[in-house]
Amino acid sequence: MADQKILRANGTDELVEAIGQAAARGQRLEVRGGGTKSAIGRPGRDTTLLQIQGFDTVTDYDGPELVLTAGASTPLAKIQTLLAQNNQMLAFEPFDHAVLFGLAPAATLGGVIAAGVSGSRRLTAGAVRDHFLGLRGVSGRGEAFMGGAKVVKNVTGYDLPKLLANSWGQLAVMTEVTLKVLPRPQTVQTVVLSGLDERQACLVMGQALGSQADVAAAAHLPADINGGLALTALRLEGFEPSVKARVQMVLEQFKATAPCDILPTEASALLWEQVQHASVLQETGTLKGEGALWRINVPPMAGSQVIERLKPFGARCLLDWAGGLVWALLPMTDEAKGVRDVASTLGGHAMLIRAPQALRLSIPTQQPLAPGVAALTQRIKDGFDPKAILDPERFI
Amino acid sequence: MPVPDGAVLSRRGEIVAALRRIVPGEGVIADPTSLRAYESDGLTAYRQVPLVVVLPETTAQVSEVLRWCNEAGVKVVPRGSGTSLSGGALPLEDGVLLGLSKFNQVLDIDYDSRVAVVQPGVTNLAITRAVEDRGFYYAPDPSSQIACSIGGNVAENSGGVHCLKYGLTTNNVLGVEMVMMDGEVVRLGGQHLDPAGLDLLGIVVGSEGLLGVVTEVTVRILPKPQTARALLLGFDTVERAGQCVADVIAAGIIPAGMEMMDRPAIHAAEAFVHAGYPLDVEALLIVELDGAHAECDYLVEQVAKMATINGAVTSRVSTSEEERLAFWAGRKAAFPAVGRISPDYYCMDGTIPRRRLPEVLRRMAALSDHYGLKVANVFHAGDGNLHPLILYDANQPGELERAEDFGADILRLCVEVGGVLTGEHGVGVEKRDLMGTMFTDIDLAHQQRVKCAFDPNLLLNPGKVFPTLHRCAEMGRMHIHHGAVPFPDLPRF
Repeated sequence: MADQKILRANGTDELVEAIGQAAARGQRLEVRGGGTKSAIGRPGRDTTLLQIQGFDTVTDYDGPELVLTAGASTPLAKIQTLLAQNNQMLAFEPFDHAVLFGLAPAATLGGVIAAGVSGSRRLTAGAVRDHFLGLRGVSGRGEAFMGGAKVVKNVTGYDLPKLLANSWGQLAVMTEVTLKVLPRPQTVQTVVLSGLDERQACLVMGQALGSQADVAAAAHLPADINGGLALTALRLEGFEPSVKARVQMVLEQFKATAPCDILPTEASALLWEQVQHASVLQETGTLKGEGALWRINVPPMAGSQVIERLKPFGARCLLDWAGGLVWALLPMTDEAKGVRDVASTLGGHAMLIRAPQALRLSIPTQQPLAPGVAALTQRIKDGFDPKAILDPERFI
Repeated sequence: MPVPDGAVLSRRGEIVAALRRIVPGEGVIADPTSLRAYESDGLTAYRQVPLVVVLPETTAQVSEVLRWCNEAGVKVVPRGSGTSLSGGALPLEDGVLLGLSKFNQVLDIDYDSRVAVVQPGVTNLAITRAVEDRGFYYAPDPSSQIACSIGGNVAENSGGVHCLKYGLTTNNVLGVEMVMMDGEVVRLGGQHLDPAGLDLLGIVVGSEGLLGVVTEVTVRILPKPQTARALLLGFDTVERAGQCVADVIAAGIIPAGMEMMDRPAIHAAEAFVHAGYPLDVEALLIVELDGAHAECDYLVEQVAKMATINGAVTSRVSTSEEERLAFWAGRKAAFPAVGRISPDYYCMDGTIPRRRLPEVLRRMAALSDHYGLKVANVFHAGDGNLHPLILYDANQPGELERAEDFGADILRLCVEVGGVLTGEHGVGVEKRDLMGTMFTDIDLAHQQRVKCAFDPNLLLNPGKVFPTLHRCAEMGRMHIHHGAVPFPDLPRF
C-alpha cells in the first residue's frame, strides 16, 4: 500500500524504543525484512511498516563448530554464499519466496526463520526449527531478550527458538540468530522413476525412505505438470563412493517397478530448484499467474489422496517430502473451503501462499487451529505481545 | 524447593480420597513404605517423599486428576521412569506424584510413513525393540535407554551418543497428546511435518514437565543403517584429540558418534570392563561411522588418515560387530566405572564451543586442586557436550557440598566460554539456581510467560527450572527498571 507509514529501526536500542512506543499507543506493526513474503496473509491491514535493517553482520562463524551467528536482516543469499565457500550449508534448504511473487531475491535470514521456510531436504534433515539454536530479539512488550544459545546441544530453559521459528514475527522481532550449519554434500545424484501414478509414487517414496539407501529428498511430478510424463525423484547426497553405491541400491530396489534414470549433478540441481519453488506448476515457467497457490502438509501416504480430491477443481499439484507436502495451484479461487476440508480430513493443514486479494480477504491464510490449541496460542501471544501490536490480523 | 503448604498437608486424607474416586484400586499409593520408592529420581542426592502417588491408566483419568488438583490448588509432579539426572521428577511434600508407568503400550506402527505411536511409559529401547524386526529403530539413545520412558525423554529433550547426526528427542518427535493442568486435552503436531501455527510441540519438548502431562507420543522411526564401524584413537594430548575432531568435521564428516574420554575416565573404564583401552594416553576418541558399506569403508579410511596426521599413538578400526561393541563397552560403562573407584560421583552436563575444550579442561584441573576432589571427563566430542564426573564421598562431612560447589563452578565456566548449563540432562532442581548465569531476569520472564500460558496457577512441577516463579498476574505488567518507567514521555492510562 502506497500510503503505509514506515518506521525504521537501526540497532536494538532503536527497536526497543520503536516497539515500546507502538505498544504504548496500540499502534500495529508489520515487521519487514526483505519484504519477499509481504503478499502472504490478509491484505489491507491497518499497520505501520517496521523496516528491520542494519542487523546484517555475521558475528560468529567457525565451520568446525557447526554454528553460525548473524544479524536477522542479513540476506539469505549472503549466508548461503559464505557457507558454500566453506563447503557448508543450511541443511533445511531455505529458499527465497521472491520468485513466487516475481520479485528480486531479497529474503533475509530472520525472514526465512520467522516464516519457517524449509525446502525439500526438510524431509530428512529437519526444518528451520531443527537448526535454529538461539536468538536475540525484542518482544511486543518492547523488551530485549535472548533465547536458546550458540552451541549445537542445549536444553537449558525453554526452547524459545522453536516458538519463534514459524511465528511470523507475531511474538517478537528477531535481531540476531544462531543456526546449526552442516557440511555440504560432495556429490548429489537423483534417481528418477518414470510413469508412476501418485499413489504408486507415494508408496515408492515411502519404500525408498525406509531402505538403507539414505535418500535425502523425495518428490513426485505428476504427468499433467510435466509434459505428460510423471517423474518420481529420489535424491542421494554425500561422498562420491557412498552416493555411487546407494544409487545402485535404489536402482536395484526399483528396476522392476518403473523405468529408472540417473540425473547428473546439474540436471539434478535444476529439478530440485523447480520443485522447491513449485515453479514446475506453472506452464509458462513463472508463477505470476492467476489462481491460488496452496502449500498443504499431510502425512506422507495421504499426499496422493490430496491430489485425487483436488483434481476435480482443476488443481495442478506437486508432491515433495515423500508425499507429505503438496503444492497445489488451483485455477479458480472459490474452492478454498474444499482445500481446507481435504487437508484437515487427511490429518494435516493447508496454507494459502499466493492468491488474489479477494480470496485472501475472505479466508484466513493459515488453517484455523483446534479450539484448545488456538486458545493456548492466543495466551502465548498475549504474554509476548500484550498490546497485540505485532500484526495480529495477518492470519485472521 | 517451595515451602510446603501446611493447608494442603492437612488435607491429605481428602486428597487421597478424591484421587481414589478417579483412579480406583491400586492406582493410588498412600502408605508410607510404598511411597518411599518414589522419593527420588536419578539425582539421588535429593530426596522427598511425595504426599501421595497416583498411577492413572487412561487419558481421561489423567485429565480428571489434573482438573481436580487444579481446582483444589494441589501441586502435581509428573514422573516417567524416574531416571532424570537433574531432579526433574523430584517429588514435593505437598504435591501429588503422577506416574505414567501404566501407559506402557505401543499403539501403532506405520512403516510406510515411518512413524510409531506409543504411550509415554514405553521405554526408549522398547520402541526400537518393537520395530527392529522390520529393520527400523528409534534414533535418540540416552544411556538410560533400557529404563527411561519416552514421556520422560519428551519432558527432558533427551539426547544420547548419536545425537550429533540424528538429533535430540525434539528432532524425532512428530506429535503428542497432552493434558494441561486444567484437564484440557490437546493434540500438538501429528503425523505430518510442521505445524499450522506456533510450534507448541517444539516448546513442550524439553519443558521438564512444567507445561502439561504427555499421554501419547508420535515418533519418527528410521531404517537401521546397513553397517556401523568404529575407530578407537588414542592421543598424548587433549589438544591433539580436539584437533582431530575439528578436522573430521571440517572435512564434511558427521560421524554417528564421536566420544572423548580423559585419562582418569579411561583408567576407570578399563579397570572395570577391560575393553582393551590404551592406558598411556591422555585422551581417547571413539569415532563411529554408519551407513552403507561403501560409505563406512570410505569414511573409516578418511578418519584414520586424520588421526595419523594429528599424531594418534593408538589407532584401531573395528573389523567386526563384536569389536565395535567392545570399543563402546568402556565408554558406555564410564559412569558405573567411576562409581567403582569412588563412593559417590556427581555428573555434570555443560556444553561448550568445542574449540575451548583444552582451556576448559585446564581450568577444571585447577578447580579440582582447589576443591580437593578428583574429576573424570567423558565428552560428546562432536557437539561439545561435557560430562565431568566429580568424585566424592557423601559420608565425609562437607564433601557433597564441596562437590556441588565444584560442579557449579564448572557450569559457570561453561557459560563463561560461550556454552550452556545443560546439554541433555535438563535444569531440574539441580541447575535451577544457576539459570541467572545464563539468562537475565527479562530472558527468564519471557520463558515464564510460556509457563503461564499453559499453567497459570503454577501448580505443575513447581520448583524446577525457574529460580523464582513469579505469579502469572505479575508477569503481565509492564517491566519497570529500578523504579523508572520505560518511555516516560508516553501517556499512560
